Amino acid sequence: MSTELIPLAVVMFAVTYPSRALGLLAPGLDRLPRGAIAYLQLVGPAVLAALAAVAVMVRTPDNGLPVFAIGIEWIAVLACLGIVLWRRNLLLGLVVAVAIVVVARGTGLAALPPS
Amino acid sequence: MREDVPALTDAPAEGSSTAATASPEESRRRLIVEALGIAVSAIGFGFVYGLSARQAGFSPLEAMAMSTIVFAGAAQFAAIGYVAAGLAWPAIALLTLLLNARHLLYSAALGPWMADVPRPRRAVMAHLLTDEAFALAIGHFRRIGRTDESGYWIGAIASTFIPWNLATLAGVYAGGSIADPALLGIDIIFPAAMIGLAAGLISGRRELVAAFAGAAIAVGWALFASPALGLEPSTGVVVGGVVGPVIGLLVPAALAAERAPLGTPASAERFAMPGSRLDDDAEGLP
Repeated sequence: MSTELIPLAVVMFAVTYPSRALGLLAPGLDRLPRGAIAYLQLVGPAVLAALAAVAVMVRTPDNGLPVFAIGIEWIAVLACLGIVLWRRNLLLGLVVAVAIVVVARGTGLAALPPS
Repeated sequence: MREDVPALTDAPAEGSSTAATASPEESRRRLIVEALGIAVSAIGFGFVYGLSARQAGFSPLEAMAMSTIVFAGAAQFAAIGYVAAGLAWPAIALLTLLLNARHLLYSAALGPWMADVPRPRRAVMAHLLTDEAFALAIGHFRRIGRTDESGYWIGAIASTFIPWNLATLAGVYAGGSIADPALLGIDIIFPAAMIGLAAGLISGRRELVAAFAGAAIAVGWALFASPALGLEPSTGVVVGGVVGPVIGLLVPAALAAERAPLGTPASAERFAMPGSRLDDDAEGLP
């Protein structure tokens, strides 16, 4: 069983724990520059949206040159997005996204992704 | 410590208390009900995380290491994408640092409440500090007007850590038994979860602009800049994640319409697993 990513987990812990511990272990450290807070507020949406966009829109064929991809995945992800915005329920959004892909691929309307 | 900016919280000074709005027993019952809702949500998302991690090639041990050692849902989901895309570890560390830096605000807000808790226990509390644990604890403390250490542990361990890890384990083994994941649409879970989590974090125009900018920059970089520079397409995520917020900050504060400033319970609820609704009056600091 592979354990190669366990050191990565430790690295991620090492960059996460200080932000969790500073305020609890160093009383009085309760101030940050406004600019830093404003920036941090935006990091989450930007990183997560970037991950989703690259995962859905960029494919890298065997020649190594990335290409713009269009497929059923767009519809599935947009459906999930719509449900999250409408119902604020990500689990339901995921179920719908998976269902769309399963039906499209199962009926031959969409191709299976390259492995 | 900077003195030229406002404190993040109006929590009481060390050793003091604020006016209670509920009895300890009443508030504890409410905490348990809320914690149950969080636990159900943690089970669902932990399972999806385990499933996605397994499909991305994580071994059960690696997926469990992430859930126990890192224990940060959004960062763990993101790490699946980083690893699958072959992103270098220093870049993963940078993005994880930025994504989890919000915890600094939570710990700062909880710090004064926990001043009398022995330091070793506070050190353990810190590892278990999540969006959900923060929102549950701060709401409970405010209701009873003082610290209730047991209340923190209920939110941190019983409602989040244990369900999240058990569900991760179940997801990992379920994922390992699926012969053709693409036919079952398992590959769509990751991008759909990412966009859903991103949408949940948007509480003003700046976040919206940052999300669009981050996505556009990431895709543009992956398609055009990375081949030209001889870099992996996955570096687009780093560039989009770092530059997107800068673009978002260009939206004037007067137009930002921010509804959940970072470090408040309302913000923690947005970072918490979508669908896990916390107490209705946790919309801002006291």
